[in-house]
Order: sequence, then structure tokens, then C-alpha cells
Amino acid sequence: MSTTTTTAAPLVARSLDLAYDHRQVVTNLDVSIPDGKFTVIVGPNACGKSTLLRALARLLPPAQGNVLLDGTDIAKMKTKAIARRLGLLPQSSIAPEGITVGELVARGRHPHQSFLKQWTDEDEAAVLRALRATNTEELSSRQVDELSGGQRQRVWVAMVLAQETSLLLLDEPTTFLDVAFQIELLDLFSQLNNEYGHTMVAVLHDLNQACRYADEIIAMKGGVIVAQGAPADIVTAELVHEVFGIDCTVIDDPVTGAPMIVAGKPKKTFAER
Amino acid sequence: MKTAPTRLESTAMNIDRSVLPGEKIDFGRPMLRIFGQRIDMRVVMTVGIVTLLALACGFAGLMLGKFSLTPGEVFQGLFGQADRRIVNTVVGEWRAPRIIAGIVLGAGLGVSGAVFQSLTRNPLGSPDIIGFSTGAYTGGIVTIIVLGSGYISTALGAIIGGIATAALVYLLTWKGGVQGFRLIIVGIALTAMLNAFNTWLIMRADLELAMAAATWGAGSLNGMGWSTITPAAIVTVVLALACGLFARDLHTLELGDDTAKALGVRNEPVRAALILVAVALVAVVTAAAGPIAFVALAAPQIGRRIAKAQGTSLLASAAVGALLLVGADLIAQHALGDIQLPVGVVTVSIGGIYLIWLLVQEARKAK
Repeated sequence: MSTTTTTAAPLVARSLDLAYDHRQVVTNLDVSIPDGKFTVIVGPNACGKSTLLRALARLLPPAQGNVLLDGTDIAKMKTKAIARRLGLLPQSSIAPEGITVGELVARGRHPHQSFLKQWTDEDEAAVLRALRATNTEELSSRQVDELSGGQRQRVWVAMVLAQETSLLLLDEPTTFLDVAFQIELLDLFSQLNNEYGHTMVAVLHDLNQACRYADEIIAMKGGVIVAQGAPADIVTAELVHEVFGIDCTVIDDPVTGAPMIVAGKPKKTFAER
Repeated sequence: MKTAPTRLESTAMNIDRSVLPGEKIDFGRPMLRIFGQRIDMRVVMTVGIVTLLALACGFAGLMLGKFSLTPGEVFQGLFGQADRRIVNTVVGEWRAPRIIAGIVLGAGLGVSGAVFQSLTRNPLGSPDIIGFSTGAYTGGIVTIIVLGSGYISTALGAIIGGIATAALVYLLTWKGGVQGFRLIIVGIALTAMLNAFNTWLIMRADLELAMAAATWGAGSLNGMGWSTITPAAIVTVVLALACGLFARDLHTLELGDDTAKALGVRNEPVRAALILVAVALVAVVTAAAGPIAFVALAAPQIGRRIAKAQGTSLLASAAVGALLLVGADLIAQHALGDIQLPVGVVTVSIGGIYLIWLLVQEARKAK
């Protein structure tokens, strides 16, 4: 919130076309991810938001256009060099049978290691920091299979943090978690963004959570960006209608003052019914 | 103008990421750091014990037989120092190549099995189940029929057969990516077809060639001599070490394709290289000893369970593979008195039981 110097966007997409097996998902899209901000991408199912995130993380090569990481075309960079700059929490990962939390988080150090230098003091410290940040240090000797869904997701977040990248992409990190864990995780991301200046980009489903936590919202529909900006500047009933096709009322969030979406239009009050 | 919304008071833990020098992660087991590597002591201990057992089996194999020897004689024989020259011949020329074959080829099968099971993320995704051994055998028979027997030509034929089979399985499975379970089903189907083809080849061949191919086809270390095992062992060790170079990438790939790529693994080139090396590994072993079933299938699972390894341990799998093959060969040679069985018959018998157990486990998991 404090950065006043306008730094160049670390992640930029230029006239991006994205497709799976010739099925075009995103068409001619331009976007800049602001440095040091918490950006949230929202939109209805199949609007291309996860596809865009995958392209930004070089998991999906674009059919047209390019993605620039710190000004360099990501397709021309070594994947390991990218992995030291940009971390991704994918929608689904696999925990090998019997693996312990400490070992799984340690795998996040992969981009910093080489055949002859597989484990250093720096690796040990980075993993410890990641475990502490996600409050999973006391789980480190437990098997990942034995954990609850919320604990497991925190462990995966720890693995991405152990990668020690200042740019983090999160693909639906809160899906399948109960509301308490959702809030806990979002608070954690918000803190990482606030206190360490990490640039975060998350795909979220819950519009109100997006409004509460995001510095910047990118609203997508049908493979194009409908609006981008601070929640207070762009989230209106008209936008929600345009993007999600639902009627709603936007009020001030009584806790944060951010916009808050309440479904439905106030035709009648309850008392009048 | 709107004011920026206030930040939420955090309900989460305070981030204290400060780490004091010398603080350690609790991995739940002793870890040793040496030469820039972090080594799981339990895995090291397990590998050590299993290797000692394999060597003990090998030593027993050197002693036992029609011409039984004392441990002292075996030692003397190994260094060509025995008083009776026949002892040097029995140990050094007759028995030692076979024991070396059991240990090195068994370890090779273990590594190859571990690589494929890791890549397919399925304990059934083993080269002896998904057709690569059978394909290597087909390549070998074709070479024997066309060029006659001889280790180098048979080995090359087996490698070509194995790689061709792997490519075919991969192509038939490909659907914008390769999914482990599809690959296994396709591989099992192709194995059945190749087995039929192999039988047809043998039936059409001259009696002498057919006999050679059939004996070899059961998987046997009988009559293993230095001329075969020396090149086979060297290539096996080199290929197994090559797999070891990729161990870190293999471990990262186990976390899923997206995660691996995000962590900087070049998924497709790494996978292609690993498949090539592991197919070559199983083909080299097959060319020397025939298609030995079960070792590649069971060694990685047994190794992982007793070492309580985190994901696939190539080293544990190699040690268990060596023990299984040298142990099975000991049984094959000596369990039925004078009747010598091909080692493949023993591994198939034990392997059948193991496979049934594994299928039941997988079926339970699927529910």
C-alpha cells in the first residue's frame, strides 16, 4: 500500500490467444499485473481465468502473443530461472504416498538446487520459514495423507513459499476448503503481500472475498477482460450483472468499507411482503 | 473520491519467519547432511542391510552346488589362490558370473521398475507388466532368428524391440498427454499380443534356434559366462547411474505435471529421457537373462515400504532387486535337488501371488 514509486509491471501479457486443442479460450488479451499488489481474477466458470493464470505461469504456451516476465518473453527463459522468480499453486497436486510434510515442503527448493548442491543451510532455513509462515511447523514430521483438507492446502502453500519467489500465482487456492480455512489462507496471502511486498495473483470464486482482499480486481468473461482496477473503483451492480448475469446490490462492507455484493434487487422489503 | 478500504484485522497467525542459524526441520527421522546432499538415514540403513543380504545369498551361491565348497575355498577361489585348480574354475568361471548377473541385473530391473512406476504414478506401471520386457524379448528373438545368437546383437535387437514397444504404447496412450492408468491397460493388451507373436515366431523357427529362444524366454541365469555378463553389467551400471542423475526431477514429477513444471522441471524432455534410459535398462537385462518377470514390479514397492522412503527410492529399489534376483536364482538352482529351474519360473511364481495381492489392494483403493 505504501509503494509510491511506479515500478514496471513484473508480469505482462500482450495480445494473448490461448487455446486447448484448437478450442479458443482467451482471445487477444492484454493485461499487466501490478507490482507488489494483491490481484484477484474473477469471472464465471469457463471464462478463461484459470487458463490465463496457467499461461502467465508458462504452463500453457500461448497460441498467439506472449507473456513477459520482467520484460523478457517467458517462452525464451529457462524454466528453472522462471521458477526462482515466479511460484505457482496449481489447482491440483499429488502428494506421493507416505511423504511427510517436511519432505514435501523441501521439494519446493527444487529450482535452487543442483545435482551437487542438493541441500544447504539456505534450503533448511527457507523451508523452516515457509513452515512457520503457514503455521505448519509442528506438522513437519506427519504424513501428508493423514492431514485434513485445510492443513494439506497450507502445506502446499508452504511448498510454494519455500520456493522463495516474490511473485506468487494461486489457482483457486480456497476451493474445497471450509470458510474458516478460506479466511485463514486469504489472511496469510494478504500478510505476505503486505509485509513482504510479494506480488500475488489469485483466481477466486467468491466476489466478496475478492473485494475484501484484492488491491486490484480483474473481471473476465468469455475470454476477455471486462474491467480491471481497485475494487472500490470498478465493482458496481452493472459490472456484476455484465460479468455474472445476476442482479445484485452493492453496499459498503461494514467491516472494511470495500464494496460488498448482495444478490437480488431491493424490490420489496421483507416487512412489505 | 472514494477512500481506500481499510485492511482487515488479521485473524491468522502472525508471520514470524525468522530462523536462527543451526535450527533444523523435524523430518520425523534422522537426516544426515554430507557433500551437499541430505540423506535419509533409514534409507541408508535399509539399503546397507539389503545389500549385505544380497551379498550373503551370492556367497551361498558360490558355495552350493554339486561341487560344494567351504567359505575358505570360495575366498581362495575368488582370488584364484585355491590349492586345487578346479576350485578356481568352479568359483571364478562357473559360479561368479552367475552371481554377478543376479546382483547387477536384479539391481537394474529394480531401478527400471522404480522409474516406470514413478512416471506412471502406479505400482502396476512396471516394464514387465506394460510390455517393455516382452517387446525387448520379441526384438531379441527376431535378431536370433535373423542373425543367430550372440550377446551384442541380441542386446541391440532387444533394445530396439523395447524402445519400439514403448513408443507404440506411448502413441496408443497419447491423448494430449499420457495418463498412467491408460498406459497400463494399453501395455497389458500389447503384452498379450506380443506374447502370441513370440510364440508364433518360435514355432516357425528351426528347432535349435527355437530351443535357444525358449530357454532364454523363461528368464534364466543358467550358463551365464563372463563374455555375456561383462558387457551387460557395465551397460546396466551406466544406465542405472544415468537414472540416478534424474532422481531429483523424478521426485518432483511425482507431485504432478503442473507442480513439477512450476518448480522448474522440463517435464517432457526429462520424461522422454527417463523412458529411453529405463527401457534400454530393461532391454539390456532381457538380452542377457531373458524376460524375468516380477523383479521390476515388486522391488520398488518392497524397497519403499521397508525403507519408508519418501516417494520413489531408486537406491532401495536397486538393492531389493538385487536381493530378489540373486535369492530367486538360489532357490531355482538348489530348492529341487538336482532339478534346475530357470530363475524366471521362480520369480513368476512368487510374482503371481504378489500381483494378486497388489490388484486386490488397488481395487480396494479404487472404491
